[in-house]
Amino acid sequence: MDRFIWANGLLEINETLVIQQRGVRLYDGDEKAKFDMGTLLLSTHRLLWRDAKNHEYCIAIPLSQIVFFEEQAAGIGKSAKIVVHLHPASANKEPGPYQSSPNNYIKLSFREHGQIEFYRRLTETMTQRRWERVPASQLIQPTNTSQAGRTRAVGIVGIERKLEEKRKETDKNISEAFEDLSKLMEKAKEMVELSKSIANKIKDKQGDITEDETIRFKSYLLSMGIANPVTRETHGSGTHYHLQLAKQLAQILQTPLEERGGMMALTEVYCLVNRARGMELLSPEDLVNACKLFENLKLPLRLRIFDSGVMVVQLQSHNEQEMITSAVDNVSDKGSLTAEELAKLLGISVLLSKERLLLAEKMGNLCRDDSVEGLRFYPNLF
Amino acid sequence: MHRRGVGAGAIAKKKLAETKYKERGNVLAEDQIAQMSKQLETFKTHLEEFASKHKQEIRKSAQFRVQFQDMCATIGVDPLASGKGFWSEMLGVGDFYYELGVQIIEVCLALKHRNGGLITLEELHQRVLKGRGKFAQDVSQDDLTRAIKKLKSLGNGFSMIPVGGTYLVQSVPAELNMDHTVVLQLAEKKGFVTVSEIRSSLTWETERAKHVLEHLLKEGLAWLDTQAAGEPQYWLPALFSELYSRDVSPEEASQLMP
Repeated sequence: MDRFIWANGLLEINETLVIQQRGVRLYDGDEKAKFDMGTLLLSTHRLLWRDAKNHEYCIAIPLSQIVFFEEQAAGIGKSAKIVVHLHPASANKEPGPYQSSPNNYIKLSFREHGQIEFYRRLTETMTQRRWERVPASQLIQPTNTSQAGRTRAVGIVGIERKLEEKRKETDKNISEAFEDLSKLMEKAKEMVELSKSIANKIKDKQGDITEDETIRFKSYLLSMGIANPVTRETHGSGTHYHLQLAKQLAQILQTPLEERGGMMALTEVYCLVNRARGMELLSPEDLVNACKLFENLKLPLRLRIFDSGVMVVQLQSHNEQEMITSAVDNVSDKGSLTAEELAKLLGISVLLSKERLLLAEKMGNLCRDDSVEGLRFYPNLF
Repeated sequence: MHRRGVGAGAIAKKKLAETKYKERGNVLAEDQIAQMSKQLETFKTHLEEFASKHKQEIRKSAQFRVQFQDMCATIGVDPLASGKGFWSEMLGVGDFYYELGVQIIEVCLALKHRNGGLITLEELHQRVLKGRGKFAQDVSQDDLTRAIKKLKSLGNGFSMIPVGGTYLVQSVPAELNMDHTVVLQLAEKKGFVTVSEIRSSLTWETERAKHVLEHLLKEGLAWLDTQAAGEPQYWLPALFSELYSRDVSPEEASQLMP
């Protein structure tokens, strides 16, 4: 009962009334308190009790004080009750009707019924926890003043408060850091770490931060960032720029190309490179121009343009002589092959495998049998 | 503060308290996840806002740019958020359409494993919109079309195929398309396939199946039997000899000879 404080019966700015019930008596623990006939009010933030006759006589308790509550059925000559268990009072609590109390719980006795509905609304209100949503302007002062009381808390209550404090601090940090750009730049390192720790914690518990595979893919591409992208600002606008760009491309594309079997469509390259560059966007024209320089620079990559007009970037190890040799080897192994069979063997597309076979034929290593069953290649024994 | 609880009542009360504490613990854990998701959301909103408002400033500092990108990667925010602006609108120049191009290719690549590089313009539009942040400028299907046309200088690999009033966007060129191989494998058992067979066994969209079969027809790898019962069958002559000639043993063959 010592958790109650005097109130004026008015609601605060963000507070709204949820439900009220006449004819409620309060118990301190199991004993009747001196509040025997009044109206019990539930707001989004507090539980209030107002005397039936003297409306000035009003006491309140914040909902955050409540640990849990339970119903107690009515008996013969006994009204139905709700037992409310409370956290210990904080040291610097405002004055109330009781200075101290041996009990950690109070009872609300519903002499004119209404306890079922009240209990339901109380449950709802407690799960919504609206009182936690304090507008930012009001946040700073009350937390400072109640600091002394907070540090003393132990047990579950203490843990809860600590978590709550930590959350509030994180929230504050985020909103402060993003106030303007200079602040964010100052705190960038901290924010990078914070974002990672939040994302990791969520990943631990839920598997991934998002279900959306496009966003996951975006994250993956972005994470392969280039620290110093070659830009027109840093390397001029002429050939020099394209030369440097080609060198950088060769560096970042090596691994992805190996992962993809040595060949990538230029559109895929464009997306990959630009995501790695972040905000330093590269135009399609610049990309093509840089890729054209691979050969001059003796880089291990080549831009290749198919007869169909499709452009790809491929590893140099994908060169003609090797392709022909492997095609011939495969044909000799099997006796004869069609383009489809070779495609299946090598795990490449039908068009590419056909191209390889035709190339080998042109070089005189294979010969064809063109029938209704399709084009079949044999080792050239002639 | 202590109540001197004794007897069965006290034990029951203690047990009750314990279960309540446990419940409270679970609630706390759930709360924490909810709160962190909220913080993540705040982060996302802020990053999106900064990406669209402070692009030039962010680009200026090399160190900060890396950090910003790092955050975007962690949270999954798109750092590209240029507005269309007057010049983009009128002449199609500027970063807007290039950025859109990157986003379009990204969506196509992310879904390639499911749709084989074929996507309707509507779905593409939806996905691109979702990927762009709250603060990025809205894009229309017309913008998408323009952005795709800008990708032409990257070769013919990325194209729009008109289909009944709308478009399919194809992101995988035939040179890199493994679909044909898969369909050929499917046909191996019987020597032919139909559109509905492909749909049911590979769970492809009709458009994707048709696209592959038409390509096979064009390349002369498949023959079409439109008189087959039910639906057209695509026969693969390359498989004929393997499937239908081995059933005849030398003895049978000599019997068949006159």
